[in-house]
Amino acid sequence: MAFNYDKYLRVNKMPTLWCWGCGDGVILKATIRAIAKMGWDMDKEVCVVSGIGCSGRFSSYIDCNTVHTTHGRTVAYATGIKLSNPKVNVIVVAGDGDGLAIGGNHTIHGCRRNIDLNFILINNFIYGLTNSQTSPTTPRGMWTVTQKNGNIDPTFNACNLAIGAGASFVAREPMTDPKKLEKILVKAFSHKGFSFVEVNSNCHINLGRKNKMANAMENLEWIESITMPLKKWEALEDPIEKENILPTGVLRDVEQEEYCEMYAEIQKVAQGKRAKITQDDFEKKI
Amino acid sequence: MAREVISNGNELCAKAAVDAGARFFGGYPLTPSSEVMHVSSDLLPKVGGVAIQMEDEIAGISAALGSSMTGVKSFTATSGPGVSLKAEQIGLGFIAEIPLVIVNVMRGGPSTGLPTRVSQADIGQAQYPTHGDYASITLCAGSLSECYTETVRAFNLAEKYMTPVFILLDETIGHMHGKASIPDLEEIEASIVNRARFSGAPEDYVAYDVPMNTPAVLNPMFQGYKYHITGLHHGDNGFPTEDAARCEYNIERLVGKINTVAAENDGLDDLPDYEEYMLDDADVCIIAYGSIGLGAYEAVQKLRAEGIKAGMFRPIMLWPSPAKKIAEIGKRFENRIMITELNMGQYTKEIERIIRRDDFTTLLKANGRPIAPAEMVAKVKEMI
Repeated sequence: MAFNYDKYLRVNKMPTLWCWGCGDGVILKATIRAIAKMGWDMDKEVCVVSGIGCSGRFSSYIDCNTVHTTHGRTVAYATGIKLSNPKVNVIVVAGDGDGLAIGGNHTIHGCRRNIDLNFILINNFIYGLTNSQTSPTTPRGMWTVTQKNGNIDPTFNACNLAIGAGASFVAREPMTDPKKLEKILVKAFSHKGFSFVEVNSNCHINLGRKNKMANAMENLEWIESITMPLKKWEALEDPIEKENILPTGVLRDVEQEEYCEMYAEIQKVAQGKRAKITQDDFEKKI
Repeated sequence: MAREVISNGNELCAKAAVDAGARFFGGYPLTPSSEVMHVSSDLLPKVGGVAIQMEDEIAGISAALGSSMTGVKSFTATSGPGVSLKAEQIGLGFIAEIPLVIVNVMRGGPSTGLPTRVSQADIGQAQYPTHGDYASITLCAGSLSECYTETVRAFNLAEKYMTPVFILLDETIGHMHGKASIPDLEEIEASIVNRARFSGAPEDYVAYDVPMNTPAVLNPMFQGYKYHITGLHHGDNGFPTEDAARCEYNIERLVGKINTVAAENDGLDDLPDYEEYMLDDADVCIIAYGSIGLGAYEAVQKLRAEGIKAGMFRPIMLWPSPAKKIAEIGKRFENRIMITELNMGQYTKEIERIIRRDDFTTLLKANGRPIAPAEMVAKVKEMI
């Protein structure tokens, strides 16, 4: 039987505002399928938080408690939602401008705290909604409306940032293979701790048009050309090629103490339900 | 019945928040407000709540708003520079109608200004902290006791009117230690206001479908009532809209649910919006608020000892201002009014607006030092 998306969508909000051929719709579907796999109750167990940008509309379309916040602050809002409702599964959706530029600090500290949020960073390498300004992930040399000679800003590697900041689950997957993306999202959703998933997506309208990939397929082919499964990537010998290609799949998956669980121990101490946390506890597990 | 406690303003403020039902604090260290966060981080886990020091001021208020959206009473504390940073999120609180208490322990500004010294220069900021049209509710504590009672009131107003509410302390009152008389816990609990809830079937629930001048009804999340919250203009159902008539309705309602309601009902609740001190038989009126009011009590007594019948009017609810009463005072005292505040006349402007005169005697200071009763006495003598 075909998968019934209607159960998870606000059907009366269709069609989406996204451009024809935009990857965001594919990511929305993969996210929904992953939620279905997890068996979460949309009425009581899921919250979707988004920011500003094309990805910001993500929260409008999923039928659960949804929050469309300000530019860049998604992780901070989600932190409050999660800490006050530790049992709820919180999915945060942000774009490369939202999550890495204006909201970079919150992304870093969400990773560092290892709070159990599922962070989907939709990286389309450009500010799409506001018409082609350079984003932190825009490749060097590409045309943007603010850098018409080609972007001179060095490019951010989002997953390296997440690993460096301490996220316990880090993955990258282009939306060109939705089945694979769905599997990665299920892994991310199942993981206890901060899950950071960079999803490479297309913006043939505002990145592609001026960079020789004006239709969606050309843009997707370009994404495939700059990504490679981790195992293959590891085997690359040329260091320059290695730097220019983005490895995909699960890049980090470790068990680390989760923030809400640690805070629950603080509450227990405060309420006299357990002994004071000792330095020994800190060395093992709080 | 009342309790007597030895405490300081910032601590009383945090204590009041917890007693008023707050269960989440999100903030960032900022002198002279930090003790509110320190005390909250001790008190909240005891009652099953959470206090978190976030990575910056913006994250602090964002986390608090996020928590409040789910139905949990939440607050943040900071000083002027922090309010500047939080400004955009405060706007989301206004338009999306998220209850939140913002404690501002005022210090000298602008910018980093005078971090450890007193000021009342954020009065204007509290009225219009962020871009766009809205109406702000701002309370100002004039004693240690009021640091407690007005904080409780701030939570009740936030829940009743579904909006961010400012409680202003200043450095002097925030750091002042002493004996304070505060109401018993039972009395506080009996006064608690919780946000309205829709109790019908979830499919009939339309979060922002409310009449003019009434607040939105936002049910707690994760109980089957699914809705959308956004900082964009939105229709009844909470989803973005650009419809001109709807946008106009939204703004008129946001302003009206506070300003119109306050004007029609002579205030937003049954509690006093101002204090009159020895004003009944007075010939001269000192207008002061916050910690400066403490000095004004003494100035009034000193003036009376010298045969000058002085009294004080002290607004507590600064925004919306107690306009009716201020107009009365203007009529009664005419040019025998002395306004004193720790800024260049921010509230003086409001008094001028209401009374429609601009020739009041003022005693203003913006150098981080308090105003001594003797200075007030001298100023009043100059005036009469």
